[in-house]
Amino acid sequence: MTIANAQAAQRAAQPPLGQPVLEHVWAALAGVPDPEIPVISIVELGIVRGVAWDADRLVVKVTPTYSGCPATEMINTLIREALAAIGVADVAVVNQLSPAWSTDWIAPEARTRLKGYGIAPPHVIAGRVDVAGISPLRRAHVVVPCPRCESTNTQLLSQFGSTACKAQYRCGDCLEPFDYFKPH
Amino acid sequence: MNSDVQLFDYLQRLGDTDVVLAQRLGEWVGHGPVIEEDIALTNVGLDLLGQGRMWLSYAGEVEARFRDQGRSEDQLAFLRDGGAYRNLLLAEMPNGDFAATMARQFYFDQFHLLLLRALTRSADPRVAEIAAKGAKEVSYHAERSMDWVIRLGDGTEESHGRMQQALDDLWTYTGEMFAADLVELALADACIGADPRALRDPWQASVAAVIDEATLALPTGEWMQGGNGRGGKQGIHTEHLGHLLTEMQHLQRAYPGAQW
Repeated sequence: MTIANAQAAQRAAQPPLGQPVLEHVWAALAGVPDPEIPVISIVELGIVRGVAWDADRLVVKVTPTYSGCPATEMINTLIREALAAIGVADVAVVNQLSPAWSTDWIAPEARTRLKGYGIAPPHVIAGRVDVAGISPLRRAHVVVPCPRCESTNTQLLSQFGSTACKAQYRCGDCLEPFDYFKPH
Repeated sequence: MNSDVQLFDYLQRLGDTDVVLAQRLGEWVGHGPVIEEDIALTNVGLDLLGQGRMWLSYAGEVEARFRDQGRSEDQLAFLRDGGAYRNLLLAEMPNGDFAATMARQFYFDQFHLLLLRALTRSADPRVAEIAAKGAKEVSYHAERSMDWVIRLGDGTEESHGRMQQALDDLWTYTGEMFAADLVELALADACIGADPRALRDPWQASVAAVIDEATLALPTGEWMQGGNGRGGKQGIHTEHLGHLLTEMQHLQRAYPGAQW
């Protein structure tokens, strides 16, 4: 890190008079639930990419899960509300596309909570070869255990579930349908 | 031609194809053959709409570099007439039956995935990041439409016949995807866009493999709609686009500037 970069980082971490330190900002954001999957927070989901002070303004970088995710605008509103509650009025929510969000960023404890909520957590992608649908013709077959009864006798019903980020499965043993958080 | 003018044109092609196909898929709401498919069709549409917004937002920013003011994504989507739209003809084809919708999706998804992957290497970082985001979503689209072609082709006599008919009917609209004009060649030279001609062979190979597995026959017609540089990418459309835009743009035309 150059001296100029180090100075910039210091400034970005330095709250203006009477404003909370970044640790408190992160704590406030950790209290914001995902609107569609309320058992995990937006921080655990991995979509808050950074917070920094720019003079009197707090800049929050957020990345979308899916391009068309209708929850994005709701999430921005919830962020502003949570920050207003700790006294931060001047907030810029910046949309950051790159690097593209990955389900690998979902925190381990959040995966456990997803399962408890009835959603099979996503498989980890890192290190896996290309998941493309082109060649070979099909994605490597993954076994998605039922989040309710742990059975591996499950079947894909549709690549698209109640939200863009989930697929629909059915358990062949307990016969319950369930959502699978698609690796992305 | 100024390179920003060409980039503006190119970004509209990318965005308009997404938006028009998203609108078509949205027409399926409440009409899907089963609820899972109703949801899936519109989920794919939603992804495309999200990607289309990103392309058109960027297009408006690029437009501002050579005009006094660039238009917003909404102004571009809702206030341009058909002749200003730059989408592929394939995207504006009517939904037809479920086989026709899936054949259209299959031809497009296989192309779209190749295109976006090529664009992730764009020298324009904004193009590269939108493409990288989109490619992840489109890999699911491609898998799903491919599965349906196989399932319907290798299904009953009725589903086999309908899928073959749909593939045959839409085949003539596939050539436009790979026909390069001056805009695309200039942007490919500048390493900003992708040369569509280079996508043809890999597309043909994967499409042929799927069609073969589906026990269907690959269409063989050589004459292509819009393949001579006078197609949707140049603003020359079929009669279907005007009807689609009439519905899509109705609210902004009837109540200009309406917001909620």
